[in-house]
Amino acid sequence: MPLPDWKTTRRGFIGGGAAGAALGAMALRVEAQQAEPPSLTEYTPEFFGAEEWAFVMAACALLIPSDDSSPGAIEARVPVFIDLQMTGEFGAASDWYMEGPHDPSADPLLGYQSPLTPAEIYRQGIAAVNDWCSRSHDAVFADLPPETQLEVLTALDADEIELAPEIRDFFNLLLQNTKEGFFADPMYGGNHRMAGWLHVGFPGARASYLEWMDKPGVPYPLGPVAISGERG
Amino acid sequence: MARTDPKKDVVIVGLGWTGAIMGMELANEGLEILALERGPDRYTVPDFKYPDVIDELKYGIRFGFMQKPRNSTLTVRRGLDEVARPYRQLGSFLPGDGVGGAGIHWNGQTWRPMEEEFRLRSYVEESFGAEIIPEDMTIQDWGVTYEELEPHFDRFEYMAGIAGQAGNIQGEIQEGGNPFEAPRSRGFPLPPMKQGLDAQMFADAARGMGLHPFPRPAGNATAPYVNEYGMQLGPCNYCGFCERYGCLNYSKSSPQTCILDALRRKPNFSYRVNSEVLRVELAEDRQTATGVTYWDEEAQEEVFQPADIVLLCAYQLHNVHLMLLSGIGQPYDPTTGEGVTGKNYAYQMNGGTTLFFREHDFKPFAAAGSNGMSIDDYAINRIDFAAEGFIGGSYITAGISNGQPIRGISLPRGTPSWGPEWKAGIREWYGHAMSIGSHGSNMSYRDCYLDLDPTYTDRHGRPLMRMTFNWKPNDIRMTQFMRSKIEPIAEAMAPDSWQSSYKAEGAQYDVRPYQTTHNVGGAIMGTDPNTSAVNRYLQAWTQHNVFSLGAGAFPQNIQYNPTGAVGALAYWTAEAIRRDYLPNPRPLM
Repeated sequence: MPLPDWKTTRRGFIGGGAAGAALGAMALRVEAQQAEPPSLTEYTPEFFGAEEWAFVMAACALLIPSDDSSPGAIEARVPVFIDLQMTGEFGAASDWYMEGPHDPSADPLLGYQSPLTPAEIYRQGIAAVNDWCSRSHDAVFADLPPETQLEVLTALDADEIELAPEIRDFFNLLLQNTKEGFFADPMYGGNHRMAGWLHVGFPGARASYLEWMDKPGVPYPLGPVAISGERG
Repeated sequence: MARTDPKKDVVIVGLGWTGAIMGMELANEGLEILALERGPDRYTVPDFKYPDVIDELKYGIRFGFMQKPRNSTLTVRRGLDEVARPYRQLGSFLPGDGVGGAGIHWNGQTWRPMEEEFRLRSYVEESFGAEIIPEDMTIQDWGVTYEELEPHFDRFEYMAGIAGQAGNIQGEIQEGGNPFEAPRSRGFPLPPMKQGLDAQMFADAARGMGLHPFPRPAGNATAPYVNEYGMQLGPCNYCGFCERYGCLNYSKSSPQTCILDALRRKPNFSYRVNSEVLRVELAEDRQTATGVTYWDEEAQEEVFQPADIVLLCAYQLHNVHLMLLSGIGQPYDPTTGEGVTGKNYAYQMNGGTTLFFREHDFKPFAAAGSNGMSIDDYAINRIDFAAEGFIGGSYITAGISNGQPIRGISLPRGTPSWGPEWKAGIREWYGHAMSIGSHGSNMSYRDCYLDLDPTYTDRHGRPLMRMTFNWKPNDIRMTQFMRSKIEPIAEAMAPDSWQSSYKAEGAQYDVRPYQTTHNVGGAIMGTDPNTSAVNRYLQAWTQHNVFSLGAGAFPQNIQYNPTGAVGALAYWTAEAIRRDYLPNPRPLM
């Protein structure tokens, strides 16, 4: 899917002369920089099983949908990001204090109290939602029509689908990780072609703007750059 | 079996701002010093270098430079009757980890408290009467005055290369500075930062309403600078990755940029990393400490490090934890009000109003930790506490410090948090929102304190510390007062829409969203051993060769960011040790 040109679509700015030519050249360079990774349908998840992967794909597609003007979570390869996070330190809660006793029913204001790691919450959460969908709609989440999937996610978000206290954070975790995958540096597997950064106008790792402090009202002219040096 | 290492003159627990200052000041006295840091070593290169540090996920979201709760955390409850649960995942506050401590990942906002804040109880009693102090409010004087600390504020600010505009130099009000601040002996070492459009718009509106905007004092250098230790800072490039990150540009004031390379050259100073102090060891008569026992991660053994002086320079929470574990001072008991160690834990009462402007592009990614304009027209010394019905104050400020998209894009209330409307919303509003915030004091209370948890333990088998804390009506009235002052400024700026977020009646402490890493108290200073854990020189009342540095000394929280006062107190303590303690080690009061 072609990405919108930084300036012309993002800010409606008509660049002229050399600036316009330079931008055109930049857009071409993006395509030349990196080969496309395998498509999501060919991607073999490292953590998720087939049914779980189908759930994550379907949910991400609704949380950050694709539309005519810009890519969504699928084009940004957010499901890959989440899969890789599950196999890493985050999925294993390796930084968190996980000693018992646990009181997963504690007041939510006291913070994360589940005995489960994020990876375990995904595993049990997906199973619980699929089980609920099977009982209510005779099919697992990924096999439901999009409008029904939307109703399920809306109900999950509103805590209207009862989950065990140990996995009550499942939807918030999924949503948070989906947004992370849309906006984190592409080296983590999501934000493919810097789709998330281009969507909002964040220049990524450029990290040097001294002269722009004196130019209120003048749009920043450069598209994003990733830690790898890839430009958008 | 524990190993015993050769004795040192001084052992320093924690190598952040206060550890580095004390190390430098006492190394200059010729003392043999060892600093023990439980985290890893950190250098600008390679740890903060471009582009690797410009990684929001790793550092901004997964907290790469912060303590891992798995290694060190505490439990939290909101009242005496609640069961405290562990702070398992970082949220509300983010203690630093490793050499440099929180001094690497702060924003650099460097304030001086008001004169009145150092003698708050006396000020309230003299000005409004003791009867306006609520029965459960345990505010105290610091035991040191602003006038006494002024040379040490000056020293810290010149060491750290702070950028700002003075408002009061030796009693003369300076145009463009904060006219309500306490007198400075001289101006800032560096001129103020450049301001973003949002800060300029706020300042214009405030000025138009007769208020007094001034640039926020910044530990982000605005010109090349060399400090008293020969350390060099380069001007900030407004990279937009300040808070939660180490500085890639040698611009943010930190132990790394201002002290450590000079300190490492001192032959009588050394430090060990991955060395977590487990307890302070006391002599049999408990009148002094004999040294510390630490866990040597590399050797996988406990080490007893004897020393003549023990300086607790860890983060506020950890200093208090070590004091509780080591029996330094009588633990505070909220039912009797007796005891001192752990007493008067306090936090920070903040609120804000967000403004949305379709026509303005704020370029939020072009930012620094401390750029921004502030007003102090509603500061602690500007409010009639008797008339308003609360004790406290806030500075009010606008200044975007980053445009990192995962950390949050402000959206008009009512926008869904996912789906097509969210996606359209973030595109429409990214860079078109700004906020005006109030950064306010937090008083101390009888039932807000720190002790040892009865249930949970750390990886060394030590009890976790337990925090008991909740928001109180006095401070909620204060923040609602600030709301009533900020909203008219917001309206005067004519945004397309605006929305407010301030704690309201009944608000409960929520450990999940980030609020601030300005935890204070628990090792409070004073002039009476019955009501304070350390004396006015931060010397433990019970063991005269133990000093506890940092914001644990604050008897209640100031309305400002704490680092300026933490730095000044460190130089004040260093001077007391140098002049009065070393020639004749004894209780200084």
